[in-house]
Amino acid sequence: MDVVELSRLQFAVTSMFHFIFVPLTLGLSILVAIMETRYVRTGNELYLGMAKFWGKLFLINFALGVVTGITLEFQFGMNWAEYSRYVGDIFGAPLAIEATLAFFLESVFIGVWVFGWNKLSKRMHVISIWLVAFASTLSALWILLANGWMQHPVGFVLRNGRAEMVDFLALLTNPYGLLKFAHTVVSGYVVAAFFVMGISAWHLLRNSKPEFFKSSFRMGAVFGLISIFLVLLSGDYTAVVVADAQPVKFAAMESMWETKAGAGMNLVTWPDSENERNHVESLTIPKLLSYLAYHRTDAVVKGIKEFPKEDRPPVLPVFLSFRAMVGMGFFLTFLAIMAVFVSWRGTIEKHTLLLRIMVYSLPIPYLANQLGWIVAEVGRQPWIVYNVLRTSDAVSTSISVAQVTGSLVGFTLLYGFLGCIDIFLLAKYARKGPDADASSLIQSARKEA
Amino acid sequence: MEFQIIWFVLWGVLWSVYFMLDGFVLGAGMLHRFLGRNDTERRVVINTFGPVWDGNEVWLVTAGGATFAAFPTTYALMFSYLYTALLLLLFSLIVRGVSFEFRGKLESDKWKGVWDWAIVIASFLPALLFGVAFGNIFQGLPMDAAGYHGSFLSLLNPFGLLTGALFILLFLVHGALFLTVKTEGELSARALATANRFWPALLIVAALFLAAAYPATKLYDNYLSVPLLLAVPLLAVTTLLMIRISTAKGKLLTAFAASCLTILLVVATGIIGLFPNLIPSSIDPVSSLTIYNSSSSLYTLKIMTAVALIFVPIVIAYKIWVYRVFRAKVGVQDVLEDEHSY
Repeated sequence: MDVVELSRLQFAVTSMFHFIFVPLTLGLSILVAIMETRYVRTGNELYLGMAKFWGKLFLINFALGVVTGITLEFQFGMNWAEYSRYVGDIFGAPLAIEATLAFFLESVFIGVWVFGWNKLSKRMHVISIWLVAFASTLSALWILLANGWMQHPVGFVLRNGRAEMVDFLALLTNPYGLLKFAHTVVSGYVVAAFFVMGISAWHLLRNSKPEFFKSSFRMGAVFGLISIFLVLLSGDYTAVVVADAQPVKFAAMESMWETKAGAGMNLVTWPDSENERNHVESLTIPKLLSYLAYHRTDAVVKGIKEFPKEDRPPVLPVFLSFRAMVGMGFFLTFLAIMAVFVSWRGTIEKHTLLLRIMVYSLPIPYLANQLGWIVAEVGRQPWIVYNVLRTSDAVSTSISVAQVTGSLVGFTLLYGFLGCIDIFLLAKYARKGPDADASSLIQSARKEA
Repeated sequence: MEFQIIWFVLWGVLWSVYFMLDGFVLGAGMLHRFLGRNDTERRVVINTFGPVWDGNEVWLVTAGGATFAAFPTTYALMFSYLYTALLLLLFSLIVRGVSFEFRGKLESDKWKGVWDWAIVIASFLPALLFGVAFGNIFQGLPMDAAGYHGSFLSLLNPFGLLTGALFILLFLVHGALFLTVKTEGELSARALATANRFWPALLIVAALFLAAAYPATKLYDNYLSVPLLLAVPLLAVTTLLMIRISTAKGKLLTAFAASCLTILLVVATGIIGLFPNLIPSSIDPVSSLTIYNSSSSLYTLKIMTAVALIFVPIVIAYKIWVYRVFRAKVGVQDVLEDEHSY
């Protein structure tokens, strides 16, 4: 492998690892904030216990998410110096703004929240977790506007041998970036919802703290259903902007080789990239693809063969990731509806099959999130900035194969090791359940007062 | 004033504030294993900076982001040329961050012992690496139109290592003084004794640094052409002396404040000497990265200036509020009673 491939692999390893922890942070911060708000409003200590228990899991997850984020910022310079030099004028701004507006807020107030239980009023304390939740979503906005610019570059001119920003507003209102933000953030909320439901289901199956976990499950179910609905909605609109801005990615997602008007969607298909066709195409739903791409049933959808070979992404991984992601999305929608239904009926604990499915479904939203990133990033290849800069031209010229091999091995070992510990600790504390019984809850509540 | 100059000043401010704030966390991290004689005392040490370390580290992220946005060419070359050093820095910061969270999560002496050492090493390495990196930036990197001609090992030259030693000692004294004012009783006394013990070494290394900078770097050129600027290094020396005078008088808060100022002024001394370079070239002056040949477009600089002028004061305001909320000393009772502490 050369420096480009190794650097790509390293970016994939480090960003996908980072994104194991980010979605849960995005969603669970909101859920914990809701729990604590309920406690402050009602005085019911059940909610205080919930905020503390889920808050502890939130923090174990947060620890690894925050430290692995710095790697990504540094890597743009370390491995992708030509990229940074070429687009820094426009790409650097959202990253710097993210740090100033969002990351400071998040990092400062997480400390306030953790250490402020006995030092702040209840009101100020709950505000601090809301600020964390707000800041982490705001952080996602800037990062995804930056990524949205790589997908659909706007507001710049090529001048002085680089891309220079001429329209900041265009960057802020880039529909690709805004939809990506919406889709990614609500997908994170789904991760958190299924995390809470999965762990609650595990406890409900063992009849441990039923009141506590029924209440948690209910909250996760409602939050999950709203979020997954928004995932589907934003996903639908994302397809439209992808088809418009990156038609070849859209074609690869569906493995569609020939241009067609009123294109149908093959429920069963398998790409044959070598011969530029599909091995099988069956169970076709007429006109669906045209509708998904343009929201018009007779629209013309461009096939992959329309584009020169050197501008096409690898079809198989993009196609498979997209299919699997969508499949998981529908499965999760079904589960979320069922979960809300049994919560509403108040009979959660009786549905042991559903509870068991919820436990095993905990990793599915994580997987769907990762696959979504594969579609987005592999689907943009061979470009690092779509139609502006090729990935092969973006790598640092001063680094060697040996250096990047070393760092890739280093990251893999370190991340693997820390990831195992983090998951071990999450599992340990999730199994343990809320440690405080009623009396010590009251005690700590008194301390606060 | 030119926007490039505004961003040079901001760049310097971000780095100095980062070193001032993370400096005491790195220093306390290096010392905690030795100052804390048992698990509870070590927890006390970690909990003194527990509420603030994460927010302090963001100054580094912002310094990096600001370099990217305002001086993209410097960002690109600095980060790719110093690849291995930055990699080690990243690994250290990652390990340090998770160690605080992981350490208390299992009741096992072995487990805690491992993370204690992880904190010590992962606090020592960033101090050393930052020092070595800035020492080399002050000297200039061996770069020309053909690219970079150095390696990780070539960074470990005498002046680079001297600056590394300077940073380590600055942070050790800073961290010890922080712990002196943030803890009580014996632990606080031990921290004070440690600060006093390292202070003479810091003084010697600082003097060596100032002397060696004359042959090794071009930092003095700006001071010779605008002698008024000499006020900055002179103030740095003054505050450095103030540290020891204050500890002798028992004015511990003043000593810590003097240590904060010392770090700000030492970093400022170096960065003023660099102007208008961000990274000079040691072999080909034309290839030096200056604030002019490596900056973003005027449009980008203007937008970033507006963002910085609005939001940096807000950040500073809520950070001051947070330091006030957590201004109390951390005692043994506090960590034993608070289930949420590290």
